[in-house]
Amino acid sequence: MVQEHTVKSFDEELNHLENILVEMAGMAEVQLADALDALVKRDEEKAAAVVAGDTRIDALERQVDNLVVRLLALRQPLADDLRAVITALKTASIVERIGDYAKNVAKRTAVISQKPPPGTIQSIARMGGMVQGMIKDVLDAYVTRDIDKANDVLKIDERVDLLYTSLFREFLTYMMEDPRNITPCTHLLFVAKILERIGDHATNVAENVHFLVSGELPEEERPKGQQSIYEVEPS
Amino acid sequence: MTIETTTHTAVSHGAVTEPSSATVKFLARDVNVFYADKQALFGVNLDVLRHQVTALIGPSGCGKSTFIRCLNRMNDIIPICRVTGTILLDENDIYDSNIDVVYLRARVGMVFQKPNPFPKSIFENIAYGPRIHGIAMQKTDLEEIVVTSLEKAGLFAEVKDRLYEPGTSLSGGQQQRLCIARAIAVEPEVILMDEPCSALDPIATAKIEELIDELRANYTIVIVTHNMQQAARVSQRTAFFHLGYLVECNATEQIFTNPEDKRTQDYITGRFG
Repeated sequence: MVQEHTVKSFDEELNHLENILVEMAGMAEVQLADALDALVKRDEEKAAAVVAGDTRIDALERQVDNLVVRLLALRQPLADDLRAVITALKTASIVERIGDYAKNVAKRTAVISQKPPPGTIQSIARMGGMVQGMIKDVLDAYVTRDIDKANDVLKIDERVDLLYTSLFREFLTYMMEDPRNITPCTHLLFVAKILERIGDHATNVAENVHFLVSGELPEEERPKGQQSIYEVEPS
Repeated sequence: MTIETTTHTAVSHGAVTEPSSATVKFLARDVNVFYADKQALFGVNLDVLRHQVTALIGPSGCGKSTFIRCLNRMNDIIPICRVTGTILLDENDIYDSNIDVVYLRARVGMVFQKPNPFPKSIFENIAYGPRIHGIAMQKTDLEEIVVTSLEKAGLFAEVKDRLYEPGTSLSGGQQQRLCIARAIAVEPEVILMDEPCSALDPIATAKIEELIDELRANYTIVIVTHNMQQAARVSQRTAFFHLGYLVECNATEQIFTNPEDKRTQDYITGRFG
């Protein structure tokens, strides 16, 4: 493992920063899992708990912000330490956003629980599972400084994007079949979009891991898998 | 002897990004320094680029001061010191037997850790060098050199009414700028600075750092510093020395964000055991 700093308290602060981030990430994972579970089971009570729980993630993000400012001001970290601090700041902001998205999914549960067309919720759940896997993998990659694992997440995101495009078409079909589907399907479409965005955020974390480990930003622009949805014309 | 001019790192790991227009002022190849039987520097290859600030960093005893003192043959005054290898200043070997060392030291000026003004007036501190080097004989020429040197060193406004007071009456930071003005007065091409701010307070340090940045337009500067933040602030290139070896020399930004060598990383992040 990495050699310790001569000043031990510097190591302690860096470890503390990482621990807060790991705790935050764990919370965001649970929030997203609960939000999706509440959606599938139409459990409004659980959804309400998710909405209420977001403030804890926000509080942790403020802790990260404060600690990073403190570390930059008092320790002047350099090289890999500098990258660790900057990456923690950026990643905390992403994790906080993922928490917000989970809250947004939970808020839609009440509306969607009226009567969505059969099978749609299951499609969302499947997409949710993929995105949850991405978050878990990318955070594991972050903690273990595993650049290959981080790169794998980029590949899964392409599949998530494709799934989003196919869900988009599916929901559009339901809405055209029966106008009563419009309200639940619109909300489900928003949920699908949210999950797709979470996937993008996971890839941002993957890029942060790449920078953290190698000191360089990933070069290539990833292929975008959802161009086709912009080509769908309303009939 | 053929001299390779393209590599800039002692240990080159792949591509080194270099400004192609920047030319080499000092070129050091396979420089070894011995103090009697003890070897202090081992095979140092380093290029100092024109109109850039090159910072030398490293733990105490790593050889960075020894190296900077090779660049104007200050080590000659130490009887037990022996230097081997090649150091070219504008492609001329400064250790060639035909070199006039006094003239070399006029071309390559030096500023030391502790300000060391002569026990004379501010005016005389600066006029002394140009006079003995024959740069100016007329009193009016000397006055002009004194004023422009003080202006370049950012000191003129503070001392213009007291030019005939002793140099030692100035504050530490002012004395150091006086020493820089004194170095500038003989129209050097390179200024070597060995820990120029370590005896100064933060405000005086900031003034010197600002001065270094301004001087870069007209001079090539090599600075030894223990303060890594200072190396990061003032230099364009940074060389890390350890145990007499040049470990890594690269763009300063690269050294402080993503150094190539683990020893460099451990040193700048405070992990040296």
